[in-house]
Amino acid sequence: MATHAEQLTSTAPAPAVRLTGLTRSFDGRTVLDAVDLDLPAGQFTALLGHSGSGKSTLLRAIAGLDHEVAGSGGLTAPDRVSVVFQDSRLLPWRRVLDNVLLGTDGKEAEARGRAALAEVGLAGRERAWPNELSGGEAQRAALARSLVREPELLLADEPFGALDALTRIRMHALLRELWERHRPSVLLVTHDVDEAIVLADRVLVLDEGRIGLDLAIDRPHPRSYRDPLLGEYRERLLAALGVTEDHGAGDERDARQEAAR
Amino acid sequence: MTTTAAAPAVTTSAQEPPAPARGSARRRRRGLAPGKRLPASRLVGPTLVAVLWALASAAGQLDPGAIPAPWTVVATAGRLWGDGTLATDVLTSLERAGYGFTIGLTAGVVLALAAGLSRVGEALIDGTVQLNRAIPTLGLIPLFILWLGIGETFKIAIIAIVVYIPIYLNLHAALSGIDHRFVELAEVQGLSRVAFIRSIVIPGALPGFFVGLRLGVTGSWLSLVVLEQINATSGLGYMMFQAQNYGQTDVILVGLLIYGIFGLASDTAVRLVERRVLSWRRTLSS
Repeated sequence: MATHAEQLTSTAPAPAVRLTGLTRSFDGRTVLDAVDLDLPAGQFTALLGHSGSGKSTLLRAIAGLDHEVAGSGGLTAPDRVSVVFQDSRLLPWRRVLDNVLLGTDGKEAEARGRAALAEVGLAGRERAWPNELSGGEAQRAALARSLVREPELLLADEPFGALDALTRIRMHALLRELWERHRPSVLLVTHDVDEAIVLADRVLVLDEGRIGLDLAIDRPHPRSYRDPLLGEYRERLLAALGVTEDHGAGDERDARQEAAR
Repeated sequence: MTTTAAAPAVTTSAQEPPAPARGSARRRRRGLAPGKRLPASRLVGPTLVAVLWALASAAGQLDPGAIPAPWTVVATAGRLWGDGTLATDVLTSLERAGYGFTIGLTAGVVLALAAGLSRVGEALIDGTVQLNRAIPTLGLIPLFILWLGIGETFKIAIIAIVVYIPIYLNLHAALSGIDHRFVELAEVQGLSRVAFIRSIVIPGALPGFFVGLRLGVTGSWLSLVVLEQINATSGLGYMMFQAQNYGQTDVILVGLLIYGIFGLASDTAVRLVERRVLSWRRTLSS
């Protein structure tokens, strides 16, 4: 694993994110245990882990949102960081465009906001209230809000977890498309192995506060869920997550059925 | 759940006629919501009461000394307005309520903002206001008369206290109840403290503020009635108090009617402002 990480960093220019010995603990319980990690600029990385494995803690640490958490270690991250949360977190008292423009100012920002909304397929909904949007539309608006800031690093904390399966598949395509156009470094936190495999070029598995597996996914995009060559990656990831083969197969079938529904 | 949903799709693709749904065609369920509003529904009840009142008076069923007929009340109002006393009394009352309300509103908002936005402010202000709230404000009247004299100042002070308490309480609760997720969002979006207050704290607290505002408006009229009836030499309450001494029920009813109109008008005004300012909420209730 260490050699793999070295390879990745040696081929890329300066990393966008560098964690050295990052440790975080809540009430004496160590959630992140001296994590060393480089995220090269422009790489699409997914972070997998069980619930409680510390993946959200890691994301929040990089985002600088862990003010009151005890911890140590080194952390460098770019200036322009955007976060997409699991809930769209749109302010209900601002229209969609004003939500997208939150934290920006100037005439030129408004044009960028409109462009970002158009990019996520919400042109014409600028004046809508967040309450009038469907779950998928709200999450698109949240993506637009994160894009307007032209982030060097996009952190996404299970951004599609609350969406139905069909919407999720459409959002996957959209996220990948946006990444290809803007090329920010992406760290996508998810518990969905398939989501990680289909979207990311590198998948990390966080296990008991450490990076348990660091896997490059070397398949062309756009990837299909049915691509048999992805099966091998899936098995390795499921094994790293401690899911046995039988179990894994069953889970997979369930996931397929859910997606087909 | 998955299997039951998949089953009908299989039968139709096998070109069998679609099986009729279990039982008969599904009837619409009986709605439990009360249904659509009647037109002008707020006016139906009061109009009915007025009609009954007029009918009973015309039929001679009501003692005119206890409950004068509606037209007597209207005529009395016209007479009082004509000789100028009513206009003076109404203006005096409005002025008291207006001053007291404005001072109370300002104090409530300033204190709530200070307590809601800074920990020092909260330590200094919140406990004090809670203590003030525990004392019935009308119980302060004797003390305030001794301090401020029996003139206008003490009346305005009492009204201001009655108004500021609900505004403070509701606004402070709304400010401290701002969703933590939005605070996090503001940090991520790099908002300055001023921008954070302007675009998240204030709009987020507005619904609570309006609850307090409506309570404050009602409170200002309530305390006005009490103040003008126990120690005043002018105003609507004074007019009614005098009428009681001379047994003029029609004048008392004129006073009550005007209080009622004031209360209704101010509440409607606040509601209209609320509807405009909180227009984003309408999508929820509609």
